[in-house]
Amino acid sequence: MNQSITANTHTDHHIDKQGEHHAEHDPRLQHHFATFEQQFDAAKIGMWLFIATEVLMFGGLFVGFALQQAAHPEAFVAAHHHLDKNLGALNTIVLLISSFTAVMAVHSAATNQRKKLILNLVITLICAGIFLVVKYFEYEHKIHEGLLPGAYFSYKGHGSEVPNQFIFFSFYFMMTGLHGIHILVGMGVIGWVLRRAIRGDFDSTYYTPVDLVALYWHLVDLIWIYLFPLLYLIS
Amino acid sequence: MASLNTHAAHAQAHDHEHHIHGGPKLYAGILGALLFLTVVTVGASMVDFGGGMINVVIAMLIASLKASLVALFFMHLRWEGKMNAIIFCSTLFFLGLFLIGCYTDNISRPPLEPTNMKVAPAAAGPQQGPRGGQQAPSVGHGQPGAASPSGGGPAIPGASPEGSYGGAATGTAPKPETTH
Repeated sequence: MNQSITANTHTDHHIDKQGEHHAEHDPRLQHHFATFEQQFDAAKIGMWLFIATEVLMFGGLFVGFALQQAAHPEAFVAAHHHLDKNLGALNTIVLLISSFTAVMAVHSAATNQRKKLILNLVITLICAGIFLVVKYFEYEHKIHEGLLPGAYFSYKGHGSEVPNQFIFFSFYFMMTGLHGIHILVGMGVIGWVLRRAIRGDFDSTYYTPVDLVALYWHLVDLIWIYLFPLLYLIS
Repeated sequence: MASLNTHAAHAQAHDHEHHIHGGPKLYAGILGALLFLTVVTVGASMVDFGGGMINVVIAMLIASLKASLVALFFMHLRWEGKMNAIIFCSTLFFLGLFLIGCYTDNISRPPLEPTNMKVAPAAAGPQQGPRGGQQAPSVGHGQPGAASPSGGGPAIPGASPEGSYGGAATGTAPKPETTH
């Protein structure tokens, strides 16, 4: 309601100004927004709606996981012993630190500290890379052992007498895989924001892309906060 | 604790287009809390609190605490207008409905025996016996208790260690998705 009122007053204002001050119009402020703040808030609502769809998409996997774990607790406990808790904890720490640097990047942009903005984005990118490298070694180990989803499960070693472990690995690979794809996409968009930051696109009046990408990155962290205890720490 | 600093920063930043919240000190504190809670999660997973579900509930409570810290401070929900919080909370509400609905539906049915869609029943190891009749497509629907081709275990109805479904229901009602 409030916003529509400001939007209306803006239209009048805009018409008044159009003749005389149009040259001073900041091209980063789109014409249908009254102020940078309004533009920022609108973009943010859109981002939160996107986050809602993401949460619900992962939610389907989480619900499936909960039902199957309740149905086959012994299989899930036996299967999770094949995951390396230390690597999972390491990746948790790496992601938490990257979330911190992401929010620091937003703060740096909002306070006109371009060098710090670039530094924080680079650290975030490096952390994302470390996460994927660790994930690669975990996947490689599982593929080597035959700890794979569904029909591809061919593990014959210690602990393989417990039935139905393939269900756990179906969830493990789908959940961490979807999360890993989100990390990859995140690296792409962080790289894009980094390029724009180096080019000098952002200052305290306009840093919407930095903020939205950071929001996305926090979501990726948020999902991992649940994945880690669910997959690695079952008892 | 840090709210005083935050307010000070807030007051200073009033001339900016955007209000600046938080700050390096607050964010570092949140990061510290998150790392500490990660250690607590790992530690709690090594202790058996008794009862199968209690450990999971504790792990999820700690995870939710961490998630709240991330959402409130890193994602700035604490300082924003209500709209974004409403969007996020209603998402969680519907996710809860989804979980509860599926869970109550699931516990009101007889358990489904999983299949990994493998045709050859002998491939999955010694536990194959009780499920042999269900997985082998050669076993006819109308022959309860037909000998399992794998020979790995008892195929007599009622003798299955996996209970009523694996034994008694073997010959009569293989679920459609288990037949090929």
